[in-house]
Order: sequence, then structure tokens, then C-alpha cells
Amino acid sequence: MSGGAVGAVLDVLAGLCLGAGVLLALVAALGVLRLPDVLTRLHAAAKPQALGVVLVAVGVGLAVRTPTAIGVVALVVVFQLVTAPVAAHMVGRAAYRTGKVRRDLLLVDELSDLEGGEAPEGGLPDGCTVHDAEPAPGAPRADHEEPRRA
Amino acid sequence: MTGVLEGLGLGGASVGGGWSGVLVLLAGAALLVAGLCVLVRAVVGPTVLDRVVALDALVVVLVAAFGLQAAVTRSTATLPVLVVLALVGFVGSVSVARFAAKETR
Repeated sequence: MSGGAVGAVLDVLAGLCLGAGVLLALVAALGVLRLPDVLTRLHAAAKPQALGVVLVAVGVGLAVRTPTAIGVVALVVVFQLVTAPVAAHMVGRAAYRTGKVRRDLLLVDELSDLEGGEAPEGGLPDGCTVHDAEPAPGAPRADHEEPRRA
Repeated sequence: MTGVLEGLGLGGASVGGGWSGVLVLLAGAALLVAGLCVLVRAVVGPTVLDRVVALDALVVVLVAAFGLQAAVTRSTATLPVLVVLALVGFVGSVSVARFAAKETR
């Protein structure tokens, strides 16, 4: 399975992909440790959840080179690409609604009139306006959310 | 170096020539540092959501570690663990996020 010039080239590509994925995981971990806020930590941690996992999966597929491994790894990539943005969005929304966001670090708060948050002190920065759009009918409000049970 | 790798069962499969042993050790060390940073945030992190974010990042580190192991040993034995980690991490973070949203109401 391995061996030969093609195998060597695939091995080098696999090593590059794995190394890039590992470095992304390391950068994300440093960001999660160092950044000051839930949203900034989420920002740092959500990158390798998509790209890092894709890189590691490509590396594994290039290194192992069996149909079983490639299929399983493709399944991992599909699951991760579907679920990681949803999880990050829900964590960020929960952080905003429970007031765990540091408002002194926000430049623009486009949710302040939609979700019942207070406007930032000193008004908005130049060029930014709080848009006065009504929430769309049926859009979930922070204070009207009912638990949906079957 | 190669003796250590043979002892760990990592010597036989090279990822791309004679430099693989050192690079595998470097990648493992990077993953170790990443896991420790994420664990510190998960222990310290002032709110529940910080811990959720840190544990999501820990899942990524684990996926990278299992992928590295599978690639170095060229075995498919640990690949189902990757699928399980991808799914369970999602369920955990989403349920904790829902709980945190309801908690302060």
C-alpha cells in the first residue's frame, strides 16, 4: 500500500496536512487561554473546529489510504462542518442573552435593540446606526421564548 | 531517538522519510501544550460558557491527537473514536448552552 514514489509524495502531503492541523489546534488553545472574553475565546476556538479537523482528516486519509479510513474520515468532516457552527452560534447567543459579554470590548452591538440589551455608553461609533428594524414575525425573542414540547 | 520511537511502537511507519520521528514528537508536544492550555481555561474559566468553549477546543485537540496516531501507525482502529468525538462534543456544548440560557431567567 505504501512505498514507491507516489506513496512518498502522499506521505509528505499527509504530514503537511497533519502539521497544519496540529498548529491550528495549538493556536486555538493559546487563544482560548489568553483572550479576555467569552466571545473572543469562542472566536479563537471555532476556527480549528472546521479547518483544523478538515486538515487532520485529509492527512489521515492520505496516510492510511484505505477505503474504510477515507469513508470514516469523510463522515467526521461532514459531521464537524454541520455541527460546529451550530454549537458556536448557540454558545454565543447564550453568552449574549445571559449578559456574559464584556460590552467595553464591543465596537458594534447590532443586537442591542432586538434582544433587550442596553445601548453602549457614549453612543455608537461614527458611521454606525442602530437599525430600527422590527424583529421578523415569528423570530424568537429573548423574553418570549417558550420551551417547545411535543 | 529511533530507539524511543521503536519502544513506543511508532518507529516502523514513517510519515515521509527519516525526519518523521522528530516531527511526530514535535506534533505530540504541540498537542500536549494545547491540551494543557485548554484545560487551564476549562478549570479557571469564570463562566460556564468559557468552560464549554474550552472543552470544545479540547475535543479538537483530541481529534488531532487521534488522527495523528492513526496516520503514524496507519491503522483504522481508532477512527470511529473521531466520529464519536465529533457528535458528542456537539451534543454537550449545545445542551450546556441551552441550560445557561435558561439559568438566569
